[in-house]
Amino acid sequence: KGIYDEALSSFFRNVDTRSGGDGPDIYKGKICSLKARALLIDMEEGVVNEILQGPLRDVFDSKQLITDVSGSGNNWAVGHKLYGSQYRENIVEKLRKAAEHCDCLQCFFIIHSMGGGTGSGLGTFVLNLLEDEFPEVYRFVTSVYPSGEDDVITSPYNTVLAMKELNEHADCVLPIENESLFDIVNKIHQMINSGKLGSTVKQNSLVTSSAGSAKTVQEKPFDAMNNIVANLLLNLTSSARFEGSLNMDLNEISMNLVPFPRLHYLVSSLTPLYTLADVNVPSRRLDQMFSDAFSREHQLIQADPKHSLYLACALLVRGNVQVSDLRRNIERLKPSLHFVSWNQEGWKTGLCSVPPVGHSHSLLSLANNTCVKPTFIELKDRFMKLYKKKAHLHHYLHVDGMEQSCFSEAISSLSDLIEEYNELDATKGGPRTDPSRLKIAV
Amino acid sequence: MSIVTVQLGQCGNQIGHEVFNAICSDVHGTHGLCSKKENESYCDACKERFFCEEESEVPVARAVLVDMEPKVISQTLSMAARSGYWKYDDRSHFCQKQGSGNNWANGYSVHGPRHKEVIMNLVQKEAEKCDRLGGFFTIMSMAGGTGSGLGAYVTQCLRDAFPTSFILNHVIWPYGTGEIIVQNYNSVLTLSHLYQSSDALLVHENDVIHKICAQLMNIKQISFRDVNQVIAHQLGSVFQPTYTAEGGLHYSRNPLGSFRDPSLYTSWLNPQDAFNVWKTPRAFNKYEKSASLVSNSQFLLKPLDNVVGKAWNMFASKAYIHQYTKFGIEEEDFLDSFTALEQVISSYTIL
Repeated sequence: KGIYDEALSSFFRNVDTRSGGDGPDIYKGKICSLKARALLIDMEEGVVNEILQGPLRDVFDSKQLITDVSGSGNNWAVGHKLYGSQYRENIVEKLRKAAEHCDCLQCFFIIHSMGGGTGSGLGTFVLNLLEDEFPEVYRFVTSVYPSGEDDVITSPYNTVLAMKELNEHADCVLPIENESLFDIVNKIHQMINSGKLGSTVKQNSLVTSSAGSAKTVQEKPFDAMNNIVANLLLNLTSSARFEGSLNMDLNEISMNLVPFPRLHYLVSSLTPLYTLADVNVPSRRLDQMFSDAFSREHQLIQADPKHSLYLACALLVRGNVQVSDLRRNIERLKPSLHFVSWNQEGWKTGLCSVPPVGHSHSLLSLANNTCVKPTFIELKDRFMKLYKKKAHLHHYLHVDGMEQSCFSEAISSLSDLIEEYNELDATKGGPRTDPSRLKIAV
Repeated sequence: MSIVTVQLGQCGNQIGHEVFNAICSDVHGTHGLCSKKENESYCDACKERFFCEEESEVPVARAVLVDMEPKVISQTLSMAARSGYWKYDDRSHFCQKQGSGNNWANGYSVHGPRHKEVIMNLVQKEAEKCDRLGGFFTIMSMAGGTGSGLGAYVTQCLRDAFPTSFILNHVIWPYGTGEIIVQNYNSVLTLSHLYQSSDALLVHENDVIHKICAQLMNIKQISFRDVNQVIAHQLGSVFQPTYTAEGGLHYSRNPLGSFRDPSLYTSWLNPQDAFNVWKTPRAFNKYEKSASLVSNSQFLLKPLDNVVGKAWNMFASKAYIHQYTKFGIEEEDFLDSFTALEQVISSYTIL
């Protein structure tokens, strides 16, 4: 068995279970029993039960679960107002417990979807809670946004209601779209099944598989897609967990990528998606990795950053990549990208020495770019289509604590956000007049 | 005559380690064309300057390591110990867990006051170990949060605690196309504060060193380690014991004190004193003959003007300011810093 080190300690506790049940935490030394620093919340039992019967059952403590039976009916109001008030104390207590086990709590990751009732409603309730109870701890949110063809009719309501909470209470949001994840999964399948001579893909290098899993065909499509998001979070935290020549912590991501408090939606792009087994890595291959990160096929949301405006961009590199490789590629790619006038040369870079499993190097790019605006505009349109007809509104207004103003405030918040992006877009391509400098009397 | 080095942040600690490495390997290296006695004299002076000879094992670097996250210090300490030639004092370091988030305000206004006592205690301990304290040498980058913000605060504390000692700040100028998006803010804040407490600022620009690695040294895949080693070599050669112009047989020149020569830094100067030469017959780090030039000239004018310009441009749009006000640095503080640096720029320009 392995050694419990700082890297593991970021996401896991090491519990002494030798005398049966939960002993004290072991801070250094051999791994005894790893327990995830996590809370699993669902108002239905199916998913959580499956996890508890699966290979990770020992990693999740039953004391870390909050479940109910009837679900939220795809209703944000039920999740946020009803279950929120019902479970508030329980959630706070469990959060405090989990926080106590950490000697330095830096960040919360909230992982949820926007289109339903629990993840969206109760999830954003928890987000609020975190800000109240732990104001100094960063809140990173990974949100799965519904597509236009989503089969949940009320998903635009749920999403917009949740967006208001994200606008006001999240430090950073990483929006994810299933469509993008699906495209990546397909691309990989094509690669595997194309049977090109001499290009066998290393199984454990797939961004869609958890290392060690030998399945070539994923049984459930969401597993592969979810693994992509898991890898996103791994790469995001790699520099905080492992050493490197230029470390990048989570608070640095927030600091550098959020120039104005509400503009904190980041487009993420992961590469490589797989590694070919019998190809060695000349420098040209390395450069290809950087180009890929700026191609739409590697993004986790459908958007077009190259034709929009970059406010900020971060590159997290893992593996045997040095500062000269970074510099060379930034110089090469910069001319084709549009940066806002007050941040023409600003890039945030990190070099982590430890690559992901199955790869010699990898790259995660995070961009604060106005290309998210169309996504938000579409969302607003879908919302308005329903709202104008007052469709399904009664399901929401029936819930205690839910009022019409919740809807008008939410859509107003989204409109304001879109307007902020509009103002920035308006500066794109215009004549650049730098503000005049201070004059000093000599 | 000893120097206490304060390594601040990831950059400061990574470079500091290379500096001590370079000095140590120089001491153990060939002495070139000078005599054996000459060499002994040189080595003794060098060792006393940077290392403390403890009873047992290897020389211990006269250094305090500070960082707000643990990984770099932990690596630095173990790499030094593994070399077998020297090491750091196990107790002379201080770190926290969270880092400064590239936020100058966090380093200066939060971590500074919070950890002032502990850090200054460590410095005091190192200072007391010296028979004769020549001064302090701090190593930091100005782009990040710890080296820059906490570094500026610590420099102030050093000045308050040791009003007559010499303080030399070694500052790393980041690459023009960022390593950090708010690097220009952090740089402006750092420089304006250091000007108030430091005696001299010794600057290395990443872009310039990078060119040296690429063009002069022909390194294909340049790593930060390569960059740091070049910087360390340059620093080592500047600090090596030499004879002063008056000649003499003793290596007694305080390497930092020579920076005190008014010709060497920010204030205004007589052209006659502008160029000083120091010599030693002893070879440095495998080079039989080498020359180092430290100058105070207008060469930094353009980079400084650049950084201030970019920072001002960003400031005008108010981008990222909320991140600083969150930790107590207000727009007014930014304006003060801009004003201070515009004055420096204008002074250099009219030379």
